[in-house]
Amino acid sequence: MAKKFPYLSVLVAALAVSTVGSLRLGISVAANSNSDATSAYNRTEWKAKYVRPPSTPFPDDNRFTQERELLGRTLFFDPRISSSGTISCATCHNPGFSWGDGLTKGIGNGMRELHRRTPTILNTAWSDLLFWDGRAESLEEQALVPVSSPTEMNQPLDAMVTVVTSKFGYKTLFECAYPGEGVTPKTVARAIATFERTVVSGRAPFDEWVSGQESAIPEAAKRGFDLFNTKAACRKCHEGWNFTDNGFHDVGLADDDRGRGSQLPLEAMQHAFKTPTLRNSDRRGPYMHDGSERSLEDVIELYDRGGKAKRPSLALEVVPLCLTAQEKADLLSFLRTLTSNDRGIEVPTFPR
Amino acid sequence: MLMKVIACASLLTRFALAEEHKIIQKDRAFSQTEITIHVGDSILFKNADDVTHNVFSVSPGMEFDIRRQAPGAASQVQFKKQGTAEVRCSIHPKMKLIVTVK
Repeated sequence: MAKKFPYLSVLVAALAVSTVGSLRLGISVAANSNSDATSAYNRTEWKAKYVRPPSTPFPDDNRFTQERELLGRTLFFDPRISSSGTISCATCHNPGFSWGDGLTKGIGNGMRELHRRTPTILNTAWSDLLFWDGRAESLEEQALVPVSSPTEMNQPLDAMVTVVTSKFGYKTLFECAYPGEGVTPKTVARAIATFERTVVSGRAPFDEWVSGQESAIPEAAKRGFDLFNTKAACRKCHEGWNFTDNGFHDVGLADDDRGRGSQLPLEAMQHAFKTPTLRNSDRRGPYMHDGSERSLEDVIELYDRGGKAKRPSLALEVVPLCLTAQEKADLLSFLRTLTSNDRGIEVPTFPR
Repeated sequence: MLMKVIACASLLTRFALAEEHKIIQKDRAFSQTEITIHVGDSILFKNADDVTHNVFSVSPGMEFDIRRQAPGAASQVQFKKQGTAEVRCSIHPKMKLIVTVK
């Protein structure tokens, strides 16, 4: 119809006089009519929102098998898939640092510093988009990006396949994991993604408290939990058992990194970064996409003052909180109950 | 000429009958995953969550962006062309709505 009537949009605009806002876009915005309906806070109801899921999700086209996990784990820890032969996935995603690297910014090929902090791979089985800027839509898509990135592992994928194929022991691992498919970028990515989905934080004191063990966490942490859901409003982004909405927000850090905005040029996405999980976060400092906050105390201070950079894209949820010293201490106590004592990972023997 | 007049009259009739459809954003999801509307119809997006949302489309020829939508706010988007728009929330990428405009 539009092609037959080039004056369509003009008519639309003329007929849309009852609206306000941008007629050019055909959009109007009404004022808030029911903001933040207040109801009595009920701790028990809020605890129910943080119950752990019963199982880990795997996609239908890459189901879990022990053979795939073993192959993926072997590739994940094998530095020979990088061009230098010295950088593995685990170099930056180190289990000893809760699957981060403990650095302000990642270190890539040639010991050069990368422009963002290394995100953890913990609980990424539940992620919708990967990377701080969400540029990968699955772990399978994400897995090979650092391998081929010139600044990270600097290994062209055909060269990676050549290296892996040259290690005879890998042949059996691939055949058991993906029968008949051989060594390809796709099978490498699927295996690594399978392993990454098994990297799940274990039960923490907070989970025991949610399950009904009242003495599992201190009273300060319980008060911190209440603040997390109310005055401090942390849960508006760090929601659910994994403490992330898997969303993207500008939280007011003072750098010029456009984050998600580099992928999606919308106003709300400028300087927006993916919400990280808070599970085991006290083992993963420094914090934020740029590593600019050294401790969890510093992160709480950042949010208490409503971020550092005030700009149009700043998330509406990031506002001064006016927390007392006691409230900050309670929040910190709560955050520390999210850390689990996980069993160490077994580093495989690499095929020769 | 006669055809143009008839077509124009038809178009005016269509706009006179234009409908407003309502989509609720609640619990980080649109109230429907797909909706079929007619050219000239609009959709009122109502944020019933207590967090900020966004509604946008980058589908070719169907682009729009309501920017940030505060809790409780409602935003009307008029669809002026035939086609299919993949509508999403940039803040919460899991939210997705397919709008078919006939």
